[in-house]
Parts: sequence; structure tokens; C-alpha cells
Amino acid sequence: MLTKTKSLKMKPLSSKSGGNGPRFNIDSTTLSLSLLLVLVIVGFSIAMPGRFFTDSTFMSVAFQLPELGLLTLAMFIPILSGGLNLCIIATSNLTSLLMAWVFLTWLPPQASLALQAVWLTVALVGAMILAIAIGMLTGALVAYVGAHPILVTLATMTMVNGIGIYLSRGAAISGMPDIVRYIGSDTLLGIPVPLIIFLATAVLIAVFLERTRLGKYIYMSGSNINATHFSGVNTHRVLIAIYVLSSMLCVIAGLVMMARFNSLAIILGGTDPFGGFGRVTGVVLSLIVLQVISTGLNLLNVSPHFSLAMWGAVLIVVLALKFFRQRFMQKRASRISAAKARAALP
Amino acid sequence: MLNLNRLRPASNEGYLAWVLVVVIVTFSLLSDQFLTLQNLLDLSESYAVSGIFALGLFVVLVTGGIDISFAAVASVVQYAIATLAIHYGLTSPTGTILLAIAIGAVFGMINAILIYCLRIVSIIVTISMQSLLFGMLMWLTNGTSLYDLPEWLVTPLQVLPFNVGTQHYQIGLPLMVMLAVAGLTWLLLNKTHLGRQLFAVGGDQESARRIGIRVGVLHLFAYGYLGAMAAIGGLVQVYRVGEVVPNALVGGELDVLAAAVLGGASLNGGKGSVGGTLMGVFLIGLLKNGLNLIGVSNYFMNIVIGVVIVVAITVTHYKKRKETDVGFA
Repeated sequence: MLTKTKSLKMKPLSSKSGGNGPRFNIDSTTLSLSLLLVLVIVGFSIAMPGRFFTDSTFMSVAFQLPELGLLTLAMFIPILSGGLNLCIIATSNLTSLLMAWVFLTWLPPQASLALQAVWLTVALVGAMILAIAIGMLTGALVAYVGAHPILVTLATMTMVNGIGIYLSRGAAISGMPDIVRYIGSDTLLGIPVPLIIFLATAVLIAVFLERTRLGKYIYMSGSNINATHFSGVNTHRVLIAIYVLSSMLCVIAGLVMMARFNSLAIILGGTDPFGGFGRVTGVVLSLIVLQVISTGLNLLNVSPHFSLAMWGAVLIVVLALKFFRQRFMQKRASRISAAKARAALP
Repeated sequence: MLNLNRLRPASNEGYLAWVLVVVIVTFSLLSDQFLTLQNLLDLSESYAVSGIFALGLFVVLVTGGIDISFAAVASVVQYAIATLAIHYGLTSPTGTILLAIAIGAVFGMINAILIYCLRIVSIIVTISMQSLLFGMLMWLTNGTSLYDLPEWLVTPLQVLPFNVGTQHYQIGLPLMVMLAVAGLTWLLLNKTHLGRQLFAVGGDQESARRIGIRVGVLHLFAYGYLGAMAAIGGLVQVYRVGEVVPNALVGGELDVLAAAVLGGASLNGGKGSVGGTLMGVFLIGLLKNGLNLIGVSNYFMNIVIGVVIVVAITVTHYKKRKETDVGFA
């Protein structure tokens, strides 16, 4: 999961990139994640004086983050609804395959940048249509057949993966036009283009979830789908929308990367896996934490398997801390209210 | 007395049985190699390990939990046992098997403790545990395989040999172990007090707690049982292939999970049966084997398997959906 090749670019970067959600009131998850981030950065800086706290480290994080981040967002929405989408990697592979096919068949080799942009739009639209089809199939199976999302998406994953392998015969496709390479590796105003795409998507999703009716319905379905249904929401349509949206995010992810994912990042970000809670801010922050950890360990020349083990350990420790903190707060709250009750007695 | 009504499926398992029958008949008509004793025996031997894992996982699913870490546990147990045997002179077969089961059960119980005491959702804990165990295993062993295994573990045994005509067949140890595990799990879930309590916890944990069931102990038991099954499955895998490859098993967890859920186990707990779980495992096995025999290319196989799973899900869930209109199970 961590065997990515690092792309170190020597360019300046403003290293503050977290907390881009629309909610600026800080909740406890955001606070503790920021603390963890500072802790990790300080720890690595002490462990590797002069080597870790550099522009190149943060540039590397900034280039690797979007790969994981977009897929995490694609996973985040189904998890909000109490489901899961195992099909995201397969979907982004298949849609990027379609985009590659469009470029290789239709785009003349010496096309101008404008023409390339036109074909990029065409390819994106085609990939989106494919993604919507996949999402609708998944959502319909979840909504109308009533099978558990894990089972449904496992089946669609097998199918979509199969189609991808069948069409490409397992071979890699190369020879992308310049504009695709530009998206993957260039910077705009010193910020990597993938990061801009990721942050823009994250903000859009955050606004969508917090400020639109459908977004609220998604949270509601995650909390209690039966109650949502009986309060007059067409939950079947909401479920289909969830998986369509998730698949469409996969297209963007497929455009930015074909790297591997680790959906663990979502849970660290305060998303309750029972559904119904969680904010995009938390997800983005936790992604940054995990990416900084893996980059730091990479710089320390630790085996990627050890980083994998560290991710597991970090996750368990964070969850344990969260539990003990919650219990402490509860005890304190009950103590305070007991004291108040005693004080109120005549 | 022939009663045609009995053929109408009443449950998830009933529908699944019909899907299985359709698959078997189709492949028997398309390929004359499919419905031979040798092919079916080979098939069941190669899916025996998945079956053992699925049965263990089923017990956890019954309690309403989920465990993704069993493949990593099995790999760790395999490696630990092999290392002890090669470098520290562990020779006694009984001791080795008991030790393996104990190690597996301990890992399972660690999961249970984290899940129950910290109130963390099981899928998260076990995914973390899987990363932790597998990462540590690969890091400490550098991914090297072990071949120099003790004789008693890797020597092929003749188990229940029999002759049909002049052909010589044998049931084989993996299948026997799987059947034994299936019998044990069936007895446990259907004929013991403990089994009913497991179903009760899966049905509604809070209600179970209030009628005096010790939910924590049951969690310990269920995850420990899966850990033990993971260890047994790991040993059977070593027996089959004669080597210990640290990354051979990890990655197949979701297939086992899919098989168990396909067989009627609900991810919300409290549902399913041993027979259904085995049917789920062998549906996938029969499909892969049959498609291979009728000459479907490997590239195309996944598409067909995906479609069949979708059809199977639809068939087995559709009736239930008509009863309750919302939610998923």
C-alpha cells in the first residue's frame, strides 16, 4: 500500500495546506489531528535534522497526497451512508483506461494544446458517463436488491476489474499527450496541479455535503436509513446518488493517478464507520498526517512493510486514545452535572 | 411421498442451492471433464482452506462482527511454526498443532479485546491488525519463503483412499479437515448453549446483554475461534503446497468474506448457516473451475464471475427485499 515511487521536485511550496473545509469552527477531531500532525513533523525533524524539514519533503507530500486523497473522498461518501465501496480502484482504472483509449485513438500525435484540451474534455465526459453507469448499477443493487454494499461492490469490483483486464489484456498503456503529463507533474503558482485539483474537489464535496439537501440526506441515511425513509426521503434515490458520486470521484482520481490506495485514512479522520458523521476537513487532515508519516519513514530508509505496520499501529493507538478521551469527557460531564445537582439542592 | 412444494426455496440457502444446481448442470453439459470424481475432489481440496477460513469467519459474522485479519494471522502462524520447527527443534506434531492453534486464538482474542473494550468497530480494528501483522511479518522476514519444513507436516498422506472401478481416489486430508471443522462449527452453533448465545448477540447485542449473556466473553470466544481456524487453515495450506510463503494468503480475505456473505451470513449478524457458508465457498470454486474447463480465457473469467455473483445476490436477496423495503442486510 505504501510502495509508491516518490517524485521529489525541488520547488518552493507554502507548506500550509490543511483545513480547507468550509467549516472553520474547530471541532475536537480537527484539533487532535492538527496536534498529531505537528507532533509527527517535529518528531521527524528531530530524527533527521536538516533532512526532513525541507521544501522537497513537502513537495513530495503535496504530489503524493492527491492520489490517495481523491480515492479517499470516493470512499468517504459511501462510508458516510453506512456502506462501503470496494470498487473505487477498479472504477478509476477502467475509466482511466477509457480516457487513454480516447487519446490514443482520436488525438493526432502533433495536436496543439488547445486541441488536446478539447479531447481531454471529451475523454472526461465519456469517463464520467461510464462512471455514472457503474455507480447506478451499484446503487441500484444496494437500494433495490438490498444486499450489503460490501457484497455488492465486491461483485462489481470483480466485474469492472475483469472488463479492464479483458480490454487491456493486462498490458500497460503509455504515450499520453502533453496535457495529461502536465496535470500529473506540473505546478501552478508553486502549487502542484494535482493538489489544486484535489483541494478544489474536497471543497466542492464539503460544500455539497454540508450545504445541499442531498448532502443532508446522505448524512441522514447513514444515521438511520429506516427513519430517513419514513420521513419522506426517497432513500433508494439517495443510495444511487451516493454510489454515482463515488464513481465520479473515481474518474478524477483515475485522471490524477493510477497509484494504489489506502482507504484506512478515512477512519482516522473522524468518520464514524457506522455512518452518519464525519467531515471532509478531518479526512483531508488525516490524509496529510498519514502521507507525512509515510514520507518521513521513506526518508529514514525504512522498509515499506514497516510503514504498513506503522499505519496499522497508529490507527489502533489513535482509536484507543479517542475512546479513552471520550470516556474521560463523559465521566467529567456526569461529575459536573452531579455537582450541579447537589448545589441546586436546598 | 413426493411433495413438490419442498423444492420451493424458503431461505437464502435454498435459493443458493438452486443457483449451485444450475451452475453444475450447465458446466456438466458444456464439458465432459467437469462432472468427474477426480475433478470434483481436486476442486474441493483446493477450496478446503478457503472453506476453513470461511467457517471461522462465519462464527464472527454471526455475532455481528467482521474480521479481515485472519489471512495475516494464518501467515504469521505458518511462519512462526516453521521457524520454530527449523531453528528451535520443535518436533512433536501434536505439540506443534496445539501451539499453532493457541497462537491463532491469541491473535483473535487480541482483536476481540480491542473491539469490545475500546468499542471500536470491528472492521477498522481488524484492518489495522492485518496491516500491522502483515507489515511486521514482511519486514522481519524480508518476504523470504521457507522450504525446509519438518517431514511430518509436508509428507502427503493417504486419507480415506477408495477405488471406483480401476481408478484410485482419495478424499485427502484438506477436505477431511474442512469437513471436520464444518461439523464442529455446526455442532457449536446449533447444538450448544454457546451457539445460541452467539446468535443472540448477533441479533441484538444490547438485548443479549440484558438477559444476562456475557457479551465480552462471547466476543473473545468468536474471534478466538476464528483465530484458531485461521491457524488450522494455515497448517492445511502448508501441507498442501509444502512451503511457507509469507504473502501467499494475504489478499484473499475479501473473497472468503464474499463467499460467507453469499452463503447467507449477514454482516449485521445473527443470520446464516454452516451449509450456506460452504455453498458460498464452493459456488465460487465451481465457477472458476468450470469456466477454466470450458476454455474461457483468464481475461474474460472475472467478468463472468462478477456477473454470476450479481445474479446470485439478486436471487438470494430479492425475496427478503420485498418484505422490508429499506436498509440493507
